[in-house]
Amino acid sequence: MTDKVFKTPPHIEPVVFTRDMLDWLPWLEPMPEQDLTARHMAGLVDAARAKSAYFRLLVRDPEVLEHRTKTDKDIFYNPEAGLPRAERELAAAATSRFNGCIYCASVHARFAATYSKRVDDVDRLLDKGVDTDLDARWNAIVAASVALTSTPITFGGEHVDALRKVGLDEASIVDVINAASFFNWANRLMLSLGEPAAPEKG
Amino acid sequence: MSDVIDTLAGIEPGSPLDGIRNGRLQARTHAQASYDSLFKPLSEADASKLERIAIACFVAGLHGRPEMEAFYGAALAEAGAPAAWKGAIAVAVKAAKGQGPYGHYPKGPLSAEDKAGPVFEIGAAERSALGARLAAAFEHTHMLVFHPRDAAPSYLQALVDAGWSTTGIVVISQLVAFLSYQIRVVAGLRVLKARPA
Repeated sequence: MTDKVFKTPPHIEPVVFTRDMLDWLPWLEPMPEQDLTARHMAGLVDAARAKSAYFRLLVRDPEVLEHRTKTDKDIFYNPEAGLPRAERELAAAATSRFNGCIYCASVHARFAATYSKRVDDVDRLLDKGVDTDLDARWNAIVAASVALTSTPITFGGEHVDALRKVGLDEASIVDVINAASFFNWANRLMLSLGEPAAPEKG
Repeated sequence: MSDVIDTLAGIEPGSPLDGIRNGRLQARTHAQASYDSLFKPLSEADASKLERIAIACFVAGLHGRPEMEAFYGAALAEAGAPAAWKGAIAVAVKAAKGQGPYGHYPKGPLSAEDKAGPVFEIGAAERSALGARLAAAFEHTHMLVFHPRDAAPSYLQALVDAGWSTTGIVVISQLVAFLSYQIRVVAGLRVLKARPA
């Protein structure tokens, strides 16, 4: 009987946004590792993801997972032109902060801090939220991400103007649109299929 | 080759935005392949095409995006949905529409940022027109669209109780999440296209 909702084991629930490494506990049964076929491995894209409960749950639909993953990797990792990696991660972190996905925000705040070296600014975004003042360029990227994330969507010409004003070219603006939009996909999976857990205090 | 996002955003082959999208060719190709996997699935055992299209119509309506409503509305008609569905979906959209994201955080410092909002319950007439499975899926979809941080095991239990399998829940979660992405990319590109530098 796999079609049942899990009660998660005792764990520490994170109650703030953080750059710490978090764990993620599923509410539905992931595929057992020994049951993964070649089709599932193709869906996981990276073989190492067979260790992750999150990816083994999503791999129940291997085709969608494979294409989701390849969309994700190109939006964030493709180094050609467009927005620097740090600022694609900023858009992902801001989207996650606004939707309230503590797990996704932790991962992408870590990346944003690593690639930008602006640890204090990233922490201020996590602590104070999406209205905090970072600098003109980051404020414009965060505001555009928030406007795209709102339902109904409030992204308009004024956001495009603001992004151009702080130096983004057209390809970089498309990267902001892609990164913020993609995290509206990722946040909804992470938030609704399980929950984050903080590491045990040593 | 043109794809659904190009069609919905009005991006012409050879245009500047077409060129920029080609600069992220893998993302472009696999966003289309994600769409194809969701709407032309290898198996309908856990979620039928008709169920998927009905949920897409509801998501499009909740976002108030005419281009998306027209696109998925046409798909619903083509797929031969029962006659009562179109009206039932329209009534459900009207009743469910709101402003997101809202919801609660785990108790603690973030509780100051809690934002209350409605939990959608589908009307009796729409439940009867759409059936118990889709009715439960619509209630779940409303949470995913407007207040995803309120997600809890009880929401998944409601889907299981209505007959959704674990794989079916993964499929409809991916579906609503993918649409949340697709709708935003289309909206963003349309704004950019209408605002030449």
